[in-house]
Amino acid sequence: MSSPSIYGASRDGYGNALLRLAANPDVIVLEADLGKSTKSCHFRKEYPDRTISLGIAEQNMMLVAAGLASSGKIPFASTFAIFTERGFEQIRNGIARPGLNAHICGSHGGIHTGSDGSSAQSIEDLAIYRTLPNMTVIHPSDDLSAEELTMQLVNLDGPSYMRTIRNKVQRTYDAKTKENIKIGKGNVIKSGDDVAIVACGVMVSKSIEAAKILNDEGIKVTVIDMHTIKPLDTELIDSISSKCKCIVTAEDHSVIGGLGSAIAEHNSKTNLVPIEMIGVKDRFGESGDSEELFEIMNLTTLDIVNAAKESMARK
Amino acid sequence: MIISNQELENMANRCRINIVKMIHAAKAGHPGGSLSAIDLITGLYGTSLNFDVNNPNWDDRDRFIMSKGHASPAIYSILHEVGFLEESDFMSFRKLGSICQGHVDMKWTNGVDFSAGSLGMGLSFGLGCSFAAKLDDSDRKIWVMVGDGETQEGQLWEAIMAADFHNAGNLKMIIDRNRIQNDDFVSKQMEIGDLSNKLKSFRWEVKEINGHNMKEIIESIKWAEIDNGRPKAILANTIKGKGISFMENNPSFHGMAPNDEQLKLAMEELS
Repeated sequence: MSSPSIYGASRDGYGNALLRLAANPDVIVLEADLGKSTKSCHFRKEYPDRTISLGIAEQNMMLVAAGLASSGKIPFASTFAIFTERGFEQIRNGIARPGLNAHICGSHGGIHTGSDGSSAQSIEDLAIYRTLPNMTVIHPSDDLSAEELTMQLVNLDGPSYMRTIRNKVQRTYDAKTKENIKIGKGNVIKSGDDVAIVACGVMVSKSIEAAKILNDEGIKVTVIDMHTIKPLDTELIDSISSKCKCIVTAEDHSVIGGLGSAIAEHNSKTNLVPIEMIGVKDRFGESGDSEELFEIMNLTTLDIVNAAKESMARK
Repeated sequence: MIISNQELENMANRCRINIVKMIHAAKAGHPGGSLSAIDLITGLYGTSLNFDVNNPNWDDRDRFIMSKGHASPAIYSILHEVGFLEESDFMSFRKLGSICQGHVDMKWTNGVDFSAGSLGMGLSFGLGCSFAAKLDDSDRKIWVMVGDGETQEGQLWEAIMAADFHNAGNLKMIIDRNRIQNDDFVSKQMEIGDLSNKLKSFRWEVKEINGHNMKEIIESIKWAEIDNGRPKAILANTIKGKGISFMENNPSFHGMAPNDEQLKLAMEELS
């Protein structure tokens, strides 16, 4: 018997959760041709009567989700993160404005999606959905947390956007620790007083690696999986700002408007501690392997380590 | 309750008076497309639409989705006729805090099933409601009204294609073919041509009518009510600004309120 894998892709967690959610007859799955990629295909196979194929037509899909939600259904609509953006105004006016319980999942998010190139690499999705009133914005770090957070969406009062990713990464959670995950609550993975690293998505496992390197150098690090970008867990941000007095944010997303921006916006009113942001620096990506792209974009473990030291030096 | 065509025409006339009054009071709004649509809307509410004023969110009500949401005065006027709104509600149209928002909004007004304002979205929303009705094994009907300028939106054709593919027989679209859009005549902005055959090529069933002839309106509604597994469209030829001579077929009154003198003239013509 083999031991459980220590790797997982968040899109698989989404797909697994949909299957578990099928016990609720109001759960409906919407697809725009990419079910095999977003992993809603497992639900389709088991529950074809509750799976709606809408073809390559994302704008229509968003409003079909809204219509279903207005009739008491709980739609889960998925496509690539970048193609959800094609329906941004539909999500804005059709879903967020009336506050309908429709859940959008954008898979293959970020630079990490790799060789498809810049047209497929959404680096702005978290930012744009964060601007919408009523929206909950989630970016899980691994398959186990994606599954747990998706399970919780069904009880959310209002719409959500969840970004998942294509590739497997080292897991942040196991069967026991995933029980601590709650929408809207950052998860403290490591606790230390010298610097706090707040990350989301694939950058969480890199932040944990960075913390190990820093720890070997005698630097005590707090690592937080801030899977919910909105509503931001400001209580936790206040607490680590007071304790560590400097912050590094890490996200596979533009530094404009994402997790780093959300924390900086909050701290500008509360606790002016130094913040170093690891993220995509206002540029588009290109084709390549995930790790190669992370090298040229300065999204590596070593970049987090260096940012932690710079942040500490600015205290 | 059987309501005669004459009674429906009288109701539509009262709606026209209130449409003009509320837009005049707000000093803003869209009279042209409200007046072109009101006979169709009156026919639908007066003879077909199943709803409960005392229980606006009744799950099994028919849905009326006003995709051309700028024609909100038409909706507020009919919601007043059927008992959802008081005169004071619609006379506060567009004012701060009013339940009668500039564009129809399900969050603000009882009896409104869709938050409109951005064209091209209503049929998709209606398709979502259509799926829900089927999943609930309900025979409730989903009506969507769109403007003819609105058919320039690509999303509408995504929904038309999807409604065909999914055999959305409970979905009915009414097209208010008034031939004028915001800037000018449709023929000058982006002519959409033979809408009937375009829809038929998507395997929709289409009935073309005079959208101001109550007899034709009621007959087309009865035709569309029947669910034979095909989505149906009523292509209603209408006159923008219908009922007020200086507004009729006048692109200026797409989105302009009448002044005091024009209000007086309009009231004289409608009374």
